[in-house]
Amino acid sequence: MSIGHVSPIRTYILIWAALMLGTIITVAASMVDFPGPLNAVVALAIATVKATLVVLFFMHVKYISYKVNIIVIVSAVFWLFLLLGMVSIDYVGRAFS
Amino acid sequence: MSTAAAAPGSNYLTNGSSVSSWLLTKDHKRIALLYLLSVTFFFFIGGIFALLIRLELLTPQGDLLQADTYNKVFTMHGQVMVFFFLIPVVPAVLGNFLVPIMIGAKDLAFPRINLLSWYLYIVAGILMLWTLALGGVDTGWTFYTPLSSQFSRTNVVMAAVAVFINGFSSIFTGLNFIVTIHRMRAPGMTWNRLPLFIWAHYATSVIMVLGTPVIAITLLLVGFERMFHLGIFDPALGGDPLLFQHLFWFYSHPAVYIMILPSMGIVSELIACFSRKRIFGYSAVALSSIGIAVIGFLVWAHHMFVAGISLYAALVFSFLTYFVGVPSAIKVFNWTATMYKGAVTLTTPMIYAIGFLGLFTIGGLTGLFLAALGLDVHVTDTYFVVAHFHYVMVGGVVMAYLGGIHFWWPKITGRMYPEFWGKLSAMIGFVGFNLTFFPQFIVGYLGMPRRYWMYAPEFQVWNVLSTAGATVLAVGYLMPLVYLTWSLRYGPVVGDNPWGAVGLEWMTTSPPPTENFLEPPVVTWEAYDYEHIKEVPVAY
Ligand SMILES: [Cu+2]
Repeated sequence: MSIGHVSPIRTYILIWAALMLGTIITVAASMVDFPGPLNAVVALAIATVKATLVVLFFMHVKYISYKVNIIVIVSAVFWLFLLLGMVSIDYVGRAFS
Repeated sequence: MSTAAAAPGSNYLTNGSSVSSWLLTKDHKRIALLYLLSVTFFFFIGGIFALLIRLELLTPQGDLLQADTYNKVFTMHGQVMVFFFLIPVVPAVLGNFLVPIMIGAKDLAFPRINLLSWYLYIVAGILMLWTLALGGVDTGWTFYTPLSSQFSRTNVVMAAVAVFINGFSSIFTGLNFIVTIHRMRAPGMTWNRLPLFIWAHYATSVIMVLGTPVIAITLLLVGFERMFHLGIFDPALGGDPLLFQHLFWFYSHPAVYIMILPSMGIVSELIACFSRKRIFGYSAVALSSIGIAVIGFLVWAHHMFVAGISLYAALVFSFLTYFVGVPSAIKVFNWTATMYKGAVTLTTPMIYAIGFLGLFTIGGLTGLFLAALGLDVHVTDTYFVVAHFHYVMVGGVVMAYLGGIHFWWPKITGRMYPEFWGKLSAMIGFVGFNLTFFPQFIVGYLGMPRRYWMYAPEFQVWNVLSTAGATVLAVGYLMPLVYLTWSLRYGPVVGDNPWGAVGLEWMTTSPPPTENFLEPPVVTWEAYDYEHIKEVPVAY
């Protein structure tokens, strides 16, 4: 079995800096009042970018090659959308009840 | 890493007797025994709360406990039993012991993570006991908001942290099983030859890994809302209390399958062995475990039909809930078909397995009542629901677990338990169980709500029956504790395969050596090959 990918420390520091920047932008964005639902959209967009960085670099998903690992990741993300999607049936449906 | 074992005739029990050889062990069999002791401890803690509930409900007045105390007692009963007994009991004890042996491996893929999972369980358990010592929690085991996040005056955060930590113990066990089953099967042990116990644990592990993070983070959010007034679930802060219920049940309905699937795995082993037949419809039973794991994630909102969710969502979830009954029914029919024309012997494990069949069927079918949108309105939050899930959890999980403990006891300890006392306790447990919980179906249907310390006087007769049953049930649970402990010293020593069963675990010594097999096994036969096995002398 291979040991897997070893990232240089520099990568970790760069990603950490990017995450911190993301946090600052989130706080800054929370001071601005965007019109309508955009407040949530902006906050979630920043959070998604940060989560993607964590998954790709800290969790080494960028470097995997095994097909089975890709299946695992795709199903995990699919499961998240299953949760969000099925909850939405309730929230969207309430508008019509 | 061949250990210092190797002394001829030594096994995993005799390989080191110091405290550290147990507390720092990486042997999955020793970790299984650590779990066995700890879950048994929590079972009796939870059992004490159950007896307090039954004693309070002996009379319609609230006379034994204060109302607030009663709220805490049923909450602690639920939290201890669900998170510290039912979820870990089969995977962490029997699964830990058997998964590597049944597939012909030396250990789990990550022995250190396995030990870590036990330590996390213990840390979480101590936190839970500490919560108890500080006065307990009164939110119900479900932690519903906004009670838990805003109004409860009890130690909600500490209990939530205990459940959070315990969740990681569960995730590590699941992760370990998935990797082990994928990568460590002996040569020839193909997926189609896996014992159904392994299929069941594989499906359980998938649920553990996919579901547990959701409840962990949800309880953390409850803690944040409680401490820092973040508006997530409280409408006064801009949150939505139903969001909590969605997230909670996204895990907690599948958690029912974390509890019951491993038990179904046990039952498959028992019924095949004591019918001396290959399990009927092997692939259907195996795939129905996977089916349950997948569909089980799509039904959670049946806990919320009266909570004000949209009617359209309720229709979808009601339909899917009926649908999830199908794979469970496949299993029940296939077990029955396995017994048909089999050479059935009524040993203690088989009595437990047959008890499981009957009780799980009642528990499952009453679940369909609750999936019906109309009927559910009438029985939501009544004792009908309490009876239903106790038939699944106690009648199902505990019966199968005890059956499994008896079946593999000679393998785990090298000694046989007294068969007469085994049969007696299985039957006492069955009678006591039905006496405890069947009256609750009736009194619930008549309208007695759950979670109240007082009730209308006309319900008393059913409650007296239930409390009487609970004392019988307690006897049925205390007896195995006594004679199993007795047999550790005085039980007759058994050979490798006292039941004449098939499966790799019966081909190694009892108890197994630390490395499980002296020679790495190679599998050349199909699972449950009872028709072709040459007769083995049997102990019963
Ligand atoms: Cu459910």
